[in-house]
Amino acid sequence: MELTVVKERKNKQAEERSEKNVVYRTKNLNLWYGEHHALKNIDLDIYENEVTAIIGPSGCGKSTYIKTLNRMIELVPNVRTSGEITYRGRNIFDKSYRVEELRTQVGMVFQKPNPFPKSIYDNVAYGPRIHGIRDKKILDEIVERSLRGAAIWDEVKDRLHTNAYGLSGGQQQRLCIARCLAIEPDVILMDEPTSALDPISTLKVEELVQELKKNYSIIIVTHNMQQAARISDKTAFFLNGEVVEYNDTDKLFSNPDDKRTEDYITGRFG
Amino acid sequence: MEKLIDKQRVVQYMDGRLLRNNVLKFLFFLATLFGLIVLVVLLYRIFTQAIGWLNVDFLNNFPSRRPENAGIKAGLVGSLWLMVIVAPVSLILGVGTAIYLEEYAKKSRFTDFIQTNISNLAGVPSIVFGLLGLTIFVRELNLGRSILAAGLTMSLLVLPVIVVAAQEAIRAVPNQLREASYGMGATKWQTIYRIVLPAAIPGILTGSILALSRAIGETAPLVVLGIPTFLAYLPQGILDTFTVMPMQIYNWTSRPQADFQNVAAAGIVVLLVVLIFMNSIAIFIRNKFQKRY
Repeated sequence: MELTVVKERKNKQAEERSEKNVVYRTKNLNLWYGEHHALKNIDLDIYENEVTAIIGPSGCGKSTYIKTLNRMIELVPNVRTSGEITYRGRNIFDKSYRVEELRTQVGMVFQKPNPFPKSIYDNVAYGPRIHGIRDKKILDEIVERSLRGAAIWDEVKDRLHTNAYGLSGGQQQRLCIARCLAIEPDVILMDEPTSALDPISTLKVEELVQELKKNYSIIIVTHNMQQAARISDKTAFFLNGEVVEYNDTDKLFSNPDDKRTEDYITGRFG
Repeated sequence: MEKLIDKQRVVQYMDGRLLRNNVLKFLFFLATLFGLIVLVVLLYRIFTQAIGWLNVDFLNNFPSRRPENAGIKAGLVGSLWLMVIVAPVSLILGVGTAIYLEEYAKKSRFTDFIQTNISNLAGVPSIVFGLLGLTIFVRELNLGRSILAAGLTMSLLVLPVIVVAAQEAIRAVPNQLREASYGMGATKWQTIYRIVLPAAIPGILTGSILALSRAIGETAPLVVLGIPTFLAYLPQGILDTFTVMPMQIYNWTSRPQADFQNVAAAGIVVLLVVLIFMNSIAIFIRNKFQKRY
């Protein structure tokens, strides 16, 4: 009798602990673009301080899913969702959940580097400024720390006040990562961040992701399976709007549970 | 493999298509030349007529019965006064409307309806706006034939053009910049104010200045409002009556004395200089601030 109580308590503790480590919990998420059913019954837990990769062929819904996590998808007209995504225990679709608040916690890096047509400094300071930080000293410190965090400080420290458009594509993307770090987020969403970059810049961003996961939870959509295998801890394989398999990356790439996953990662389709 | 294209025919056809290319190039050049020649003739006539009449006195004198004493002062100052009303009113209303339609309004039948009507309004004859101004501003609101009434009428006239120009400028700002801003938790207004407007301002200003130069050259609505053409004093405030350059020129051209044709030509030169000045500001802004993505 007592033993079961202890066991139950232990179970509960374990559950609480795992609850703590879950950043995002997706339950039965469905999403439609007009009539098109783009995401079907997605169930996915995303854990703290891990890199979660989302792979799958074009049009499988992986970008849609990551954009749903910070409700960026709402910028697309005629989008409907059902089901639930909780971020740190709160349903992000709740009416009372202010989307600006969510996006302050969840930063995003986009497919194409999209710096603002402003100076490097102003790009990084943009986030803190919109959140009301005016103190020049604090801003200076945030800018330096963020640029260091994105491993681009040494390249740009002498030209902080020149236009960001003068940087190369790879530098621009790392600047965008720095801009994202400047709001001190909890999670970083990356939507194919290296697809517009050359191999060397890609390598730099990948190394950066490894470094960043110590402090952030990262969700990365990628077309590149080798990339997913190299940098992620967990991988979700999306196909036609469904999660076919979600597993530890090592397991998914070496010994997948699902035949379709195996076909995809061995290049039989996609 | 048997060839499907007969090289012989290709060679035969070559001369013909090169010839057509050159003929059309020549036709298009003629079309350009035609407009250019007419413009040069017009400018030549005006300038030869105006020369000798255009001097400091002309800029400093009020209209007069005697051509040698007539001047454009009342019209020039009146046109500037008109801009004092038209520029802020049409810019604020126009850019505000454009921001609402492009950034805030969800696409619906209602916004489609507004959109279509704005485009249609841009094509409504200016005299109709004059009638509207006469009914509403001059009579209903009892503003009289004042700068304010005329300014508001002119604002309505150029508003659709400014709205459309501002909408196009705002639409040209890449969406990925908005996404980046929203992605960091910025509100819509912060995104508009810090990202969209700075990028769209060159386009908005260029379109607006061109619209304003239309307002400065427009006569018909003011004729309907009953703006006088013979004023020997300057307005002191926006509720005073006034006259503008095109009205003054119109008046001079309808005088029987031959010399008044020369006075009118001098007035046209002044009006053209003001217009060219405004257009060069527009070009300057476009070149200086234009952003490429």
